[in-house]
Amino acid sequence: MHYSNGRPGGGGGGPESTADQYDGCAPSAAETPGSLRYDDPWYDALASGWGESCDAEGPVAAVPPVREERERRAAADVYLEVQRSAAFREVRSRYRRFVVPAVAGFFAWYIGYVVTATTAPGLMGRPVAGAVNVAMIAGLGQFLSTFLLTWAYARHARLRRDRAALELRWETQELTREARGGAS
Amino acid sequence: MTDNHQTLALLLFSAFVAVTLGITTWVSRNRQGSAEEFYAGGRLFTPMENGFAIAGDYMSAASFLGISGLIALYGYDGMLYSVGFLVAWLVVLFLVAELVRNCGRFTLADVVAARMSERPVRIAAGTSSVTVSVLYLVAQMVGAGSLVALLLGGTSEAAQAWTVVGVGALMVIYVSLGGMRATTWIQIVKAVLLLSGTVALTVLVLVRFHGDFDRLLVTAAERSGHGESFLAPGLKYGGDWTARFDFISLGLALVLGTAGLPHILSRFYTVPTARAARRSVVWSIGLIGGFYLMTIVLGFGAAAIVGPDAVRGSNAAGNTAVPLLALDLGGGAGSTGGTVLFAIVAAVAFATILAVVAGITLASSASVAHDLYASLRRRHAKPRSEVAVARTAAVGIGVVAIALGLLARDLNVAFLVGLAFAVAASANLPVLLYSLFWRGFTTRGAVWAVYGGLIPALVLVVLSPVVSGSPESLFPGVDFQYFPLQNPGLVSIPLGFVAGWLGTVTSAEDPDEARHAETEVRSLTGAGAV
Repeated sequence: MHYSNGRPGGGGGGPESTADQYDGCAPSAAETPGSLRYDDPWYDALASGWGESCDAEGPVAAVPPVREERERRAAADVYLEVQRSAAFREVRSRYRRFVVPAVAGFFAWYIGYVVTATTAPGLMGRPVAGAVNVAMIAGLGQFLSTFLLTWAYARHARLRRDRAALELRWETQELTREARGGAS
Repeated sequence: MTDNHQTLALLLFSAFVAVTLGITTWVSRNRQGSAEEFYAGGRLFTPMENGFAIAGDYMSAASFLGISGLIALYGYDGMLYSVGFLVAWLVVLFLVAELVRNCGRFTLADVVAARMSERPVRIAAGTSSVTVSVLYLVAQMVGAGSLVALLLGGTSEAAQAWTVVGVGALMVIYVSLGGMRATTWIQIVKAVLLLSGTVALTVLVLVRFHGDFDRLLVTAAERSGHGESFLAPGLKYGGDWTARFDFISLGLALVLGTAGLPHILSRFYTVPTARAARRSVVWSIGLIGGFYLMTIVLGFGAAAIVGPDAVRGSNAAGNTAVPLLALDLGGGAGSTGGTVLFAIVAAVAFATILAVVAGITLASSASVAHDLYASLRRRHAKPRSEVAVARTAAVGIGVVAIALGLLARDLNVAFLVGLAFAVAASANLPVLLYSLFWRGFTTRGAVWAVYGGLIPALVLVVLSPVVSGSPESLFPGVDFQYFPLQNPGLVSIPLGFVAGWLGTVTSAEDPDEARHAETEVRSLTGAGAV
């Protein structure tokens, strides 16, 4: 697919921002006739409303209901097919393998902190160094763990998920378009 | 407060209003009113811009004045708020931001309705979004009114009432004329102003103590009259078990509520991709985390430099701790430096309130027009007419918020914010998480999840000591208090989740495999995202 050359390299700020710009403009490219134009039951109006051009064009051209229904079925099959594909399951499991333990971890740490602060103020008031006590360390620790987890998540998503997700995105859209074309 | 304070603060504030009105006119020139433009600002903001705007939307005057004030009065217990408000962003980052950006168009209901029978789900999610927004809005309006009374010395009822009306009128102008684009730029300007003000004050506090945080804490503890216990939890929430459960309830509402706030969710639609949504959240976590760390320094600084007695003397809830601190840091009352810093802090606080109310008004007008009006009318509205409805809705919501703001004038601001978070966590979060992650979730489950969280949350508040049965309540004369906690989160959030589960397992409808596949594929890959 010729979209591949716009993919992010997974590197620093520069390439990333160009990648974002690219992603952002992709749907407007879809407005040009003959390319990736897909009409989608998900939306009641034109899916890609970049600037004002969408207004002039108006909503997606009406299709006879029977054909619309058949196309919807075809598109639904595409999503089921993608959902069962190994590539998608890999992206999903990478996401879950990071997010599930991370959510469990920070939520337990936060609830533990709140409950300890309200039930055991004596323990929290124990001095550590100078005026700094256990409570202060724990509170600042919450800030620190939040920053660290944010960094780890952003890094994990950038290195382990973004590229595969973008590939799947274009493949799915391509398949949806084909399915629609085939059904008509 | 002298006349100098008032004049300078009014001048600075007028300058901010002029700048924001200028932004509104400038961005709305030559723009056709497409829905994409009005609700999402054309979706072309950069992650950094959106990160600042999210921070601007989130850091309300309740945080700036309220948390610092609580720390100045109660020491460590005030700090627990800062932690909850920040940690909540991990829920947003991990579970909500990217997936919502990929699945939805403008509102929370878009995400849920994609999998379900559209009409009942939209009506439910739209109703709860508007309820949360109005509660949050009233909190900010009440805050604006009392801020004027406190800072400008005008304790008269009329000054307070006119401020509420003025704030309401301004927010309606911003939103109905400028839409998301103007609102976003106002948030960005406000975030920069608020952060610069906070950094300046923090630096001045630390310079006063020669950069020695330890000495700052020791001085604060000594001046508070509580000694070491000022630096440990328990001064405010350490009493009986009711107070402790109340705090746990509040902590739960804070950490789970952020991800259900409609005005925060709508911000993710202003960037082009899920990746950009993630990077905006990373920016905003950095900014918000830095801000809450600084409010801790300001709070202990106010305790150490101004002293809790002086703070309490000015305002029993502690809301004036930061302005008083600014006055002292600038050289004390009567000095030029003190006057200038005080005026700046007052103007920044106003700017904060204006920006936050604009964001909430926009989100709730989107819910009214895009969810409620569109489903209840049952006709294919053209995008243009939907925007017209949204503009009208902004005016209507403005009027409602002004009226409620005037009625609720004497309610505690922090309580109203906590309540808005509790309702958001009970009504919006369960339905959002179930639709994103639960294969078997059904329409009935979605509707039950929303109402099963919303109704208990509101009923428990009506039955709580906030409304009746204690000297500080809204109606001190009567007593229909049956629920001991002020914040309903501890009960209503689990109820929202249980109701969603119960509705799903009891419903006759089979979950739609294909539409679940569509939601899952879209949410994780961004296929077909607008």
